[in-house]
Amino acid sequence: MTKFIVKRLLLSVVILFFVSMIIYGIMRCMPTSFVEQQALTLSQRPGSKSYQEWLTQLQAAYGLDTGVVQGYFTWASQAIRGQFGDSWYYNQPVVQKFSSVIWYSFALGLAAFILEVLVAIPSGIAAARKQYSATDYTITVVALVGISLPSFFFATILKYVFSVRLGWFDLYGIVGRNHQQLSDIGKILDMAHHMILPVITLSIVSIGSLMRYTRTNMLEVLNADYIRTARAKGVSERKVVNYHAFRNILIPIVTLLGGTLPSLFSGAMITETLFQIPGIGYTSYECVMQGDIPFVMFYMLFSAVLILVGNLIADILYAVVDPRVRVN
Amino acid sequence: MDNEKMEKNENVKLDDAQRVRVLSPGMMVAKRFFRNRLAIVGLVIITVMFLFAFLGGVAMPYSQSQVFYRTEEMRKDFAGATEITEFQMFTAEGAELPSDINSKLLIAVKKGEYIFESRSGAVIGLAKLSDSAYLIYGTESVNEPKIMMSQECKDAQEAGLNWFVYNDEIYLVEGQGAKGKLYRGTELAIACKASVTAYDPATSFSFEFYKNVLTAMSLGEKEFESEGASYAIEQEGEGSAMVHTPDGGNYAYISNMNINSFIDGVFLTPDFKELLIEAIAAGEESFEYTDAEGETDTYMVSEKNKQYTVKRYQNTRVIDTYASPGKEHLLGTDGNGMDLLARLMYGGRISLLIGFVVVIIELLLGVLIGGIAGFFGGWVDTILMRFVDIIYCIPSMPLYLILGSVMDFYKAGPTVRIYMLCVVMSVIGWVGIARIVRGQILSLREQEFMTAAEATGIRVSRRIFRHLIPNVIPQMVVFASMEIGGVILAESTLSFLGLGIKYPAATWGSILNAVNDSYVMTNYLFVWIPAGLMILLTVLAFNFIGDGLRDAFDPKMKR
Repeated sequence: MTKFIVKRLLLSVVILFFVSMIIYGIMRCMPTSFVEQQALTLSQRPGSKSYQEWLTQLQAAYGLDTGVVQGYFTWASQAIRGQFGDSWYYNQPVVQKFSSVIWYSFALGLAAFILEVLVAIPSGIAAARKQYSATDYTITVVALVGISLPSFFFATILKYVFSVRLGWFDLYGIVGRNHQQLSDIGKILDMAHHMILPVITLSIVSIGSLMRYTRTNMLEVLNADYIRTARAKGVSERKVVNYHAFRNILIPIVTLLGGTLPSLFSGAMITETLFQIPGIGYTSYECVMQGDIPFVMFYMLFSAVLILVGNLIADILYAVVDPRVRVN
Repeated sequence: MDNEKMEKNENVKLDDAQRVRVLSPGMMVAKRFFRNRLAIVGLVIITVMFLFAFLGGVAMPYSQSQVFYRTEEMRKDFAGATEITEFQMFTAEGAELPSDINSKLLIAVKKGEYIFESRSGAVIGLAKLSDSAYLIYGTESVNEPKIMMSQECKDAQEAGLNWFVYNDEIYLVEGQGAKGKLYRGTELAIACKASVTAYDPATSFSFEFYKNVLTAMSLGEKEFESEGASYAIEQEGEGSAMVHTPDGGNYAYISNMNINSFIDGVFLTPDFKELLIEAIAAGEESFEYTDAEGETDTYMVSEKNKQYTVKRYQNTRVIDTYASPGKEHLLGTDGNGMDLLARLMYGGRISLLIGFVVVIIELLLGVLIGGIAGFFGGWVDTILMRFVDIIYCIPSMPLYLILGSVMDFYKAGPTVRIYMLCVVMSVIGWVGIARIVRGQILSLREQEFMTAAEATGIRVSRRIFRHLIPNVIPQMVVFASMEIGGVILAESTLSFLGLGIKYPAATWGSILNAVNDSYVMTNYLFVWIPAGLMILLTVLAFNFIGDGLRDAFDPKMKR
């Protein structure tokens, strides 16, 4: 087991190296980069130097005067030591900006995750218990509609109904107009209030796959021999489902959910941008648009780490939850 | 056919294998697929979408980038009228007025001192005609008691006038009787709170005419002579009058209102002014006027601080933006005045096309690389799969955003954007199918039929493509139908963010982009609801089909 984990970790490092190299290469090739924009703005000021002079000066200042390969190794050698530099767009250290916005994304992701689990697993089980019933069809259709819903369309409908027509929520933002006047608890409640629509959007859009996953696995378990045995010896249907079957579908579900835990930190770029929640998704969207290389590099790398960690957790959990795997 | 043979051949036993109709595996899958109601619904939706996008675009009379116009009646400012409160100067030919004449004139009128000195030292005299009309003279002091004592002077003083004509010369008197000072005047100008408009735009008046008509008007005379012609004045209410030529024709119009046209090149006729002044006097809010071309319009008069504005409805050609759904545009028009139904159709083409193209490229890449990795195994497999891992780890959304802004910078045309989007999406997306294919082939190649195939000694490529790949087709088909939905979703998200396909080419996502304007979102539901439903329905249909296919291929899962 330890050997397996160590091997996977080493592999992850290699993968990260290549991923960061590719991303750095792409970022450096971006023609509308931050530095060019800055040089253009500065050169248009009255009595300023020419565009070319500004460009040369800024490129030297931002460390872009070297080639792509050399630039990458400069970046990588600092990144290994945990120095990700300053965000150009936000003018503060990348890590500092990151730690100031990540908790919005985490709160959003966690709330959506809990809602998703609470709705998807019971309904998936209900669908599997009565296969081909009206309940089953309804849940299947709802799940597929959730998968198929464009998040921006769903978010717009929610905004239209609840913000415009009913006026229950604000259209944008994480805090209300009178946020500063509120007490500490009031501030938290105000933010929670602004999170409601994004959370609904996120969970509805991602609820479908978990629902279907639960249904498929429940169907498989319910057809297993030990369920038939349990029924044959006269265990009540409720106990069969909630005790015998449920424990067994936990194996795949815990594995899946464990694998998605890291993605709670990854932020939801589209949803956050639509609702202007200042989380990591929205922040990195702004940075991508501005060509802010240090921040985007950090964010992309962070996302890649989350994916790798997620896979690792899923593999480890699989062994932890299911003793049969460990034997082999 | 088989059944008929069976019926004739009565002596075949009931459990004879020939009696059981054997379906090919493909038929079995098709049969199971068509039994799935949701899959049929999906198939119908997709068919309708294809007809809508590809045939609908042909049948539609409008193109996706045709801009529509409508004429709209807009109330536009036509003319302005102000009551004349300041003296208007009509200067004599060749005469020059002191620069401070306006202020000096006001002071003089207010104080009733009709002889005053301008800043430049010239002595100016005023001859009062009425409260709102004065003749302005340059003066020189004369000391001739004879004139002072003349009958004309006495008459004038009795009438309360400060001027008289003696020997065809104008004299101004300051003070009363013997103490009075006498001045001889030369004409400079006439100051008057009135405007004179010629009936015929070609006519221009001489100072002589101005002087005579305004003098006559101020003194309440009915007729006057000027430059050898005689004219009649017809009073038409407070401060306005019509000047007739001897033969009774209209010659000029005098009013105490200053009326200007707001439109270049439009000459306001005295008739119009007359009607306007009547309307203002009567306090009416609108009046009708027939212009030179015989068109009758209604003009609206509004007043603000004694400033009157005349407005008129005018037909203006404007872009038909956000027209409501109706006969001409079944789904209305968007913010650029383009027909939404046509844009939905053409947008559907692009969305569906991108979905199919991307998935086909993904399948080619994925099957090729996954197949090679799975078949050869060993270090080939290790290297290829690590490569797959690397691509899998690159977050796709930021990458698409970067691509979008790169294309923005190069101002790529809509077609180039479509191609680039297809290429990048498939380069990122193929890793999923590669993993599936590899896993499947890894297990298949250990099976006995592959050992048998190897034993017959056929070529490697034949073993892969004839014996292994057909066994992966179920996974590929299911993956493809689900992935098309995903690609359409990703493309519409990009277009929604304004980074995918751009104007004038339409996609469903870029039509939905209009909701970034909250006003459109709130008031023009017909702009964004249909496009969103299109995306939802299409993706949903592909998912229904994929789901049905999975169940049909793998009946174990269904049970």
